[in-house]
Amino acid sequence: MPKDGGIGASSKRREDVRFLTGEGNYTDDINLRGQAYVFFLRSDIAHGTLNSVDTSAAESMPGVVKIFTGADFTEVGSIPCGWQVTDRHGEVMQEPRHPVLAFGKVRHVGEPIAAVVAETLGQARDAAEAINVDISELPAVIDMKQAVKEGAPKVHDDLTSNLCYDWGFVEENKAAVDKAFEDAHHVTTLELVNNRLVANPMEPRVAVGDYSRGTGDHTLYTTSQNPHVIRLLMGAFVLGIPEHKLRVVAPDVGGGFGTKIFHYQEEAFCTFAAKACNRPVKWTSSRSEAFMSDAHGRDHVTKIQMALDADNNFTALRTDTYANMGAYLSTFAPSVPTWLHGTLMAGNYKTPLIYVNVKAVFTNTVPVDAYRGAGRPEATYQLERLVDKCAHELGVDPIALRRQNFITEFPYATPVAVEYDTGDYVATMDKLEEIADISGFEARRKESEAKGKLRGFGVNCYIEACGIAPSNLVGQLGARAGLYESATVRVNATGGLVVMTGSHSHGQGHETAFPQVIAEMIGIDESMIEIVHGDTANTPMGMGTYGSRSLAVGGSAMVRATEKIIAKAKKIASHLLEASEGDIELKDGAFSVAGTDKSVAWGDVTLAAYVPHNYPLEDIEPGLEETAFYDPSNFTYPSGAYACEVELDPETGHVTIERFAAADDFGNIVNPMIVSGQVHGGIAQGIGQALMENCSYDSEGQLLSASYMDYAMPRASDLPFYTVDHSCQTPCTHNPLGVKGCGEAGAIGSPPAVVNAVLDAMRSGGKSVDHIDMPVTPQRVWAAMNG
Amino acid sequence: MTQVKMTVNGKAASGDVEGRTLLASFLRESLGLTGTHIGCDTSQCGACLVHVNGEAIKACTMLAVEAEGADVKTIESMANADGSLNVIQQAFQDHHGLQCGFCTPGMIMSASALLKDNPKPTEAEVRHYLDGNICRCTGYHNIVKAIMAASGQDVSALAAE
Repeated sequence: MPKDGGIGASSKRREDVRFLTGEGNYTDDINLRGQAYVFFLRSDIAHGTLNSVDTSAAESMPGVVKIFTGADFTEVGSIPCGWQVTDRHGEVMQEPRHPVLAFGKVRHVGEPIAAVVAETLGQARDAAEAINVDISELPAVIDMKQAVKEGAPKVHDDLTSNLCYDWGFVEENKAAVDKAFEDAHHVTTLELVNNRLVANPMEPRVAVGDYSRGTGDHTLYTTSQNPHVIRLLMGAFVLGIPEHKLRVVAPDVGGGFGTKIFHYQEEAFCTFAAKACNRPVKWTSSRSEAFMSDAHGRDHVTKIQMALDADNNFTALRTDTYANMGAYLSTFAPSVPTWLHGTLMAGNYKTPLIYVNVKAVFTNTVPVDAYRGAGRPEATYQLERLVDKCAHELGVDPIALRRQNFITEFPYATPVAVEYDTGDYVATMDKLEEIADISGFEARRKESEAKGKLRGFGVNCYIEACGIAPSNLVGQLGARAGLYESATVRVNATGGLVVMTGSHSHGQGHETAFPQVIAEMIGIDESMIEIVHGDTANTPMGMGTYGSRSLAVGGSAMVRATEKIIAKAKKIASHLLEASEGDIELKDGAFSVAGTDKSVAWGDVTLAAYVPHNYPLEDIEPGLEETAFYDPSNFTYPSGAYACEVELDPETGHVTIERFAAADDFGNIVNPMIVSGQVHGGIAQGIGQALMENCSYDSEGQLLSASYMDYAMPRASDLPFYTVDHSCQTPCTHNPLGVKGCGEAGAIGSPPAVVNAVLDAMRSGGKSVDHIDMPVTPQRVWAAMNG
Repeated sequence: MTQVKMTVNGKAASGDVEGRTLLASFLRESLGLTGTHIGCDTSQCGACLVHVNGEAIKACTMLAVEAEGADVKTIESMANADGSLNVIQQAFQDHHGLQCGFCTPGMIMSASALLKDNPKPTEAEVRHYLDGNICRCTGYHNIVKAIMAASGQDVSALAAE
């Protein structure tokens, strides 16, 4: 029977009511008295010397308050990068200055050159048209392999080349890996592209800066997944504002998918300009601006090889990747192709020897950073495409080859520096075979063929590292921040609770799921618990939401704080019940003395804490409020197996997704309804990457896909109903909830299954090709079928 | 500046607008009806969908001055008179048809227009009708389910969880 409440119940989301009635409070819904509007004049040239920015004509335009250029920001800090990678030669990465407004050079289309603050947005836009910008165009570097060639134009003149770093992992394993390839019975090689994407949360980014001359306080309202991170980065590294004078608020946020983790120039600008103009300054991104200023995702070019012995056991893996950084280093960009990618290359397999090389490259494109999955989709895609290719070269069943090489004993230390605590890859594959109805596939294929269509079936497995992250470990790996999470639990006198969390909800349903956990722990109704998040003024320092970390890390902090609450409440109850503290039990919202019928209700204990007339004041303080910071001891390792069935029209090359099944192991589950929704959304983004989406530049650095007319977002008619299952549960062993995280799995686990299915359909039509790059558009399929 | 007058959610509304002001901006900025969202600038995403004289219209495709005298309904008017969720809104909550909520007002307005014209749509009809509404969170699975459930159809067998 489904539960009515608490852990494991599909509680309906309380936040839905305001979203369904137009009562949400998104950043663009915030309008401050006297606010002015900013319009950014952005470069339409990918690479050039910025000779001059003449604002004289624009300044006298109607409504103009003030116009800013790069010269106004030479005294403020660079937009910082939060991760420093050390390369295979022991050198730290090359790290360019990232100005708030371009100064000296422009380095990508969309880079802000000037900012007009005016009474209305229309006036700001009109005045921007009157700014005269003189740029001497330079050759742009777009292709990564060209960018690292000797003599290539340099994106940053003060760096030695366009190579950010050349990372080897694990460098000490390289010789042994190469030797294993020399000794291999069979080697499979695959070259592929992981296509550049744009995250596209439906809410564009917004920033509203405010400043009070009376108090010297700054406030920034922004579309962020982590307001405390923005406060620290912007305050300490860019604008020099101490944290106690800077409040960052991220109210309702309309989706993030990674792209709202990072600190952006527009946030620093609006905060800076609010003081300079002495009035609130608001910027709302248009969708076209979003395409050329939101950090992009993926964009890897990879060659991967597997060595196998005569019995089809994987003996070694090596992979060489070029990873696009874009023109500047976005907040977490260096970590994505390294520590979020190289460490996942073992996948679900007991390959004993692995070597990963990544060359991160600067190009004249928008910065690239984490997008849903961040490094793990890139690892999964290349590995799972490669394993399928191995199977076809060897003439064995792709599922059987996977099963043969599965890791089956846990904990398992991989050769790429992580230790999987739990998992059961056989169980998720068994479950997948059941829910995907593999036995019915041949009949469905015949039905398709009767209609003149080809039908294909593809599978893949995935493993991801979530619950980011153990601070001491990531510190050794180059993180310039800790990755703990925080929670303050404040119990009110009449028994209700408020949880102030550093996690941030932008669609994940924290306001519903977090109370389920506390309700279960105390035995009270979920409606007695409220979640507060998104405002640095009323939440403890926390690192926010990304990397499927909210419940595993933020939820664990909340559990720890609630445990402290319960421990103190038991002391109060023992006083009220005149019993030994060790005999007090908490069940169903009441404290009782073990073995007796004496009890006191939760609300009576909380009231005593705040009206301490009959209270052990000599032993404990009044009040009932506790804070906990939780730092995980390991990553969590969700895993699963996915299957896709496609139908391919050989006349047109058009591919449709007919069935999609996902068997995931997320450990324990708090709200199954929300978990299914997370997987659905991830799968849709993965199918989008596989079939439709592509962020495309021409050779001169012009962005060709800068609107929804050109960037193909998946629509309802592009997608099927999905079959998802998360009944395979191997609980995480090192966090108190046993949870692993579910936010990114769908996007990680779906692209290879789609491509594997398309290739299977082509084979069934008599056309065997080794690989087809994403997005698998009709044009590419038709060309491959007829090539 | 031009003065425009229209009926919005059953009440008389007016304001001074520039000729270039879109209906979406007028609703949000002049009338403070921020439930209508703006998610793109090419009339693709449907977050700003409202009803104008009973027709589903993307409010970014219409100038405010073109709505002179019109009867406009926005998401703020969709709940029942007692403030409870209407049938479509309730189905979206019951079937988890929203996550971040940003596309949701447009989805509700779109679904409402669909069910008025086609009270029992098939799955394919729902998916086709939603062509002009982009959601990035849900993968549409639960939105399609919610709309079919709101039309009174049994969705339990439609999509395995």
